[in-house]
Amino acid sequence: MSEENKPAQEQAGEQQAAAPQKPEPPLTRLLRNNFGEVVLDHHDQHGDETVVITRERMLDVFSFLRDDHRCSFSLMMDLTAVDLMPRQPRFELVVHLKSIDLHHRLRVKVPVSEDSPEVDSIRDLWIAADWYERECHEMYGIKFKGHPDLRPLLLYEGFQGHPLRKDYEKGRQQPLVPLRPVTERYNYGETFHPVPEQPAPGGENK
Amino acid sequence: MSSIRRIKPLDFGAEPMVIEVGPSHPAMHGITRFQMQLDGEVILSMDPEIGYLHRGFEKEAENSRWHQIMPYTDRLNYVSPLINNVGYALAVEKLFGVEAPTRAQYARVIMCEISRITDHLTCNGASAMEVGALTVFLWFVKAREYLWELVEEVTGARLTTNWARIGGNANDLPQGFLEMLEERLALTEQTVVEGETLILRNKIFLDRLKDVGILSKERSIEHGFTGPLLRAAGVPYDIRREDPYLVYDEMDFEIPVGTTGDCLDRFLVRQEEIRQSIAIIRQAAAKMPPGDFHCRDRRVWVPEKRDTYGNIEGLIDHFKIIMDGPKPPPGEAYFPVEGGNGEVAFYVVSDGGGTPVKCRVRPPCLNYVAAMPEMCVGHYIADIVPIFGSINMIGGELER
Repeated sequence: MSEENKPAQEQAGEQQAAAPQKPEPPLTRLLRNNFGEVVLDHHDQHGDETVVITRERMLDVFSFLRDDHRCSFSLMMDLTAVDLMPRQPRFELVVHLKSIDLHHRLRVKVPVSEDSPEVDSIRDLWIAADWYERECHEMYGIKFKGHPDLRPLLLYEGFQGHPLRKDYEKGRQQPLVPLRPVTERYNYGETFHPVPEQPAPGGENK
Repeated sequence: MSSIRRIKPLDFGAEPMVIEVGPSHPAMHGITRFQMQLDGEVILSMDPEIGYLHRGFEKEAENSRWHQIMPYTDRLNYVSPLINNVGYALAVEKLFGVEAPTRAQYARVIMCEISRITDHLTCNGASAMEVGALTVFLWFVKAREYLWELVEEVTGARLTTNWARIGGNANDLPQGFLEMLEERLALTEQTVVEGETLILRNKIFLDRLKDVGILSKERSIEHGFTGPLLRAAGVPYDIRREDPYLVYDEMDFEIPVGTTGDCLDRFLVRQEEIRQSIAIIRQAAAKMPPGDFHCRDRRVWVPEKRDTYGNIEGLIDHFKIIMDGPKPPPGEAYFPVEGGNGEVAFYVVSDGGGTPVKCRVRPPCLNYVAAMPEMCVGHYIADIVPIFGSINMIGGELER
């Protein structure tokens, strides 16, 4: 959708929205005018405004929601997923946003299929999403493209399966994992300093 | 006065020292592990590791009835369990479209604010103790004790309260409670002032907290901070004012904000919030109307005992609610409440059955622990203690 015809479309959108019995909530209308087919569905059940968007263009939508002055969603409140088995697409990524300046909230849902559980990471837009995505990854097995560090957060390396999927039985036993060597466990992110496998022999620093 | 020391590469080619703090360390408030690299005493990098207290709250909730989840919510933030109780009840009530009667809402406000005070007293007392001021801790715990006895009076327990219900509260406030409340509030107020006086002009204490663990307004927002930490950074964001729930819109209170977002600001914001909460409790107690402590909606509340034993409809209603659980209509709801340390929100999804499809709690301190490296890198290792104390990490809520 090009930028030139946006104002005209917006006006048209407002006129059209007045026609049906229930007008679209303002943010949904804004997103529909800017992204058209990307908005698959919407509702405002119990007063929580919700849009469902396609996975392919979710990054565009999220950066629009963060940067546009009419949305200005500065707080990424919550990121999680829902397993809707046996419905297809099976998973839904659910993101709750909050704007401190404009005092509104929005729930954005992204359907994720079981065959390719993969979505774009929104960690670069809101650093808050970092750990939420790690948790979502281990609990539901949804992969976040572009996330640099998807280590398990609440579980451990070697945990089998994804516990919050509906087909993971509650009482399932996990195998014992062997103790890991100490040197493998260090990960210091951006300020990484390699830890030597062997203690450095004395006098090497000279 | 300490200030952030920027990282610089080691001049003399020595290896950085690798050190681990936790998981079983008194300053780790339970079980969190930090792996750090140090240059002398300055932290070069930090990697928090959590998960030692993960109990699978969500999985357990997905295998329980809607009303069976209430006791689990006590164990989330176990220093302010009533806020979690009420938050969960409000989320499910939102799904049902029912509302607790006004008296129940006032009672909830009183109990939530008592919980907030105990939460802040625990946090501030513990962080004072960790930098050496043991007496302050004893004073704050004494003040907390006055309030926990109030909680015990109402709910029968000090920590595992399990008090709110879908559509109301487990019981009404007991007789003579409001008089006892006023007496206890006065005692608490006095004890808090005494504790503060011990510490707020103490140079050692101020030096340990001032300009330590600063996170700017912009970075706090980007990190998803809420609650006292965001307010300490200067954003007057309080859900009680932002999206008023219960009867908070009828209450007159102020939102304290800090200026720099350091540990001292967080300490002071919490101290001021204790005063504001006391003011809210007094207003709520004065305005409290007579009436029911639960709603009469047949879908959520068991019938009166005389109906259960007296007629078949009552018996069936009772049986269905106890055995199948209340059944909210299909849909989803997100309900944020102002918890002790930020936005505690329940996101519940129902398919119309007696068991939730999803019952998610947003843990406010997850964001804080995730931001620990940013707050700590460049500081001395001793500064971890006040920083970690100031974020009020509660393991039960962090890892659920």
